[in-house]
Amino acid sequence: MNDKRNKKLIIRLFNVSKRFGGKLALKDITLDVEQGELIFISGPSGAGKSTLLKILYLAQKASEGQILIDGMNLARISSSKLPFLRRRFGMIFQDFKLIPNRTVYENVALVLEAAGKKPSFIRKKVMQVLRSTGMEKKINALPPTLSGGEQQRIAVARAVVGDPSIIFADEPTGSLDSKSAQAILDFLMEYHKKGATVLIVSHNLHLLERTVRGRNIEISEGTIKRIAPVLQGKERK
Amino acid sequence: MAHFVKKALADIRSNRFLNLITMITISLSILVVSVFLLFFENASRAIESWNQGGRAMIYLNKEFSLEMLPELKVKINALGDIDKIVYISKAQALDKLKKNMSSQSAFLKTLKENPLPDALEIRMKSYHSFEEVQKVAQSIKAIEIVEDVEYGQGWLGRFLQIFNLFKITGYAMCILFFLIALFITANTVRLAFYSRKLEIEIMRLVGASETFIKAPFYVEGLLQGFLGGFIGLAILLIAYLAISSGMTQSLASYLYFDIRFLSVKTIGLIIAGSTFLGWFGCYLSLKQILK
Ligand SMILES: Nc1ncnc2c1ncn2[C@@H]1O[C@H](COP(=O)(O)OP(=O)(O)OP(=O)(O)O)[C@@H](O)[C@H]1O
Ligand SMILES: [Mg+2]
Repeated sequence: MNDKRNKKLIIRLFNVSKRFGGKLALKDITLDVEQGELIFISGPSGAGKSTLLKILYLAQKASEGQILIDGMNLARISSSKLPFLRRRFGMIFQDFKLIPNRTVYENVALVLEAAGKKPSFIRKKVMQVLRSTGMEKKINALPPTLSGGEQQRIAVARAVVGDPSIIFADEPTGSLDSKSAQAILDFLMEYHKKGATVLIVSHNLHLLERTVRGRNIEISEGTIKRIAPVLQGKERK
Repeated sequence: MAHFVKKALADIRSNRFLNLITMITISLSILVVSVFLLFFENASRAIESWNQGGRAMIYLNKEFSLEMLPELKVKINALGDIDKIVYISKAQALDKLKKNMSSQSAFLKTLKENPLPDALEIRMKSYHSFEEVQKVAQSIKAIEIVEDVEYGQGWLGRFLQIFNLFKITGYAMCILFFLIALFITANTVRLAFYSRKLEIEIMRLVGASETFIKAPFYVEGLLQGFLGGFIGLAILLIAYLAISSGMTQSLASYLYFDIRFLSVKTIGLIIAGSTFLGWFGCYLSLKQILK
């Protein structure tokens, strides 16, 4: 761990709790994530994994505690700066959140259009990620006409099309067979290797290629039960 | 920009029925408003021609001399909203009379002295309210050097009173229809917004600014307003052409003026107004939704 000490802390949580009505979904979470780190979040259903990610990508507000992302306090971020912060995130939602009446292409392109990119750049980039996720033949399809696994791959394509510096992936392989799941995980790992910080909720850790290493955060009933290093195969010192 | 127009068109296509209703409402409102405007424009022109544009003649008595003119002008100007004052000396008046009556100029030549008074012709800025014209005329008459003031006849005054009443009703109707159209437009935008709630949520999450999210709605509102105005005017034009082709001749000769379609300026104003309506409906709606 010593060699990491001088690395930048990109995400910091201090005693974060999330309450839904009277029920606590997250209790007193304190956690630091280094830039470029790979974090696995595991735990039983209803443990609060999605809630944790939602608070981080600002879909929900923490009820208590402080969160810093790249030094910015999420509770104090102005609404005009918020879109710019979000453009640095890539999100794969557990329920995909694809726009049903927009084509696959339009769904993925939306991220870059929102960021004000040039049409020629958008075209190139969108086709590139759709090819990488094996969906280039479906660019004109509407999401509801696709299988769960296909929708998931589009969600992945959309998450990475803007070259995010932080990727939040909520069960990105949940609807995929193990071969496709492996391909998607490997695809996400490419972004990790290029320097992106990746937080991933997944049960398919065993599919990861052997050189990947990260931390596994086990959540249960809204609290961190255990943080353990994930060392796949031989360590590259 | 092209992106927003494309989005707006796609949305109009996917909400065809709703957009059609809105457009029809706007068109009908514009139609009502422009019927009134058509009537007023023509009536105003008629009044202007009957009233000679608020002209009045001020006849001055014998004591008048030219040195008094500047002071008199100042006095008259202070009395009302006067556009123009032209001095017509009795010599000028006589010359004019001679020209007009060249055959009888022999009779005029027999005159030793010019019997005509010096006069001022004035033009009032606002002459649609007869009371005002009357009031101004009376106070001018009160100036000691003024012999008499001649202005619009009594029947014109009564006509103007009725016309003004009609005008107020017209304005009220216009406002009412404007509000109805505004309400419908705002409601359409609201429905469109809610039907795209998921899309908007996703857009926000992937880092779209509020401007980016709102722009297609504004484009949609502007487009609806513009097309609504255009269609409303087109209906009016068709109706006007159909009616006027048969009627104008006889009616015009009866009324001593021709009925014309709306002026380019008014058409421009109507289109701008209905486009604004589309925009404003959208603005109100989004303001309310996005608190
Ligand atoms: N919007 C909400 N309103 C009320 N309760 C909520 C809401 N979102 C989550 N919860 C509750 O918070 C708890 C944690 O939910 P969360 O979605 O984070 O679980 P999870 O760990 O992602 O589960 P899964 O593995 O099934 O996706 C659950 O008990 C859930 O019922
Ligand atoms: Mg979940």
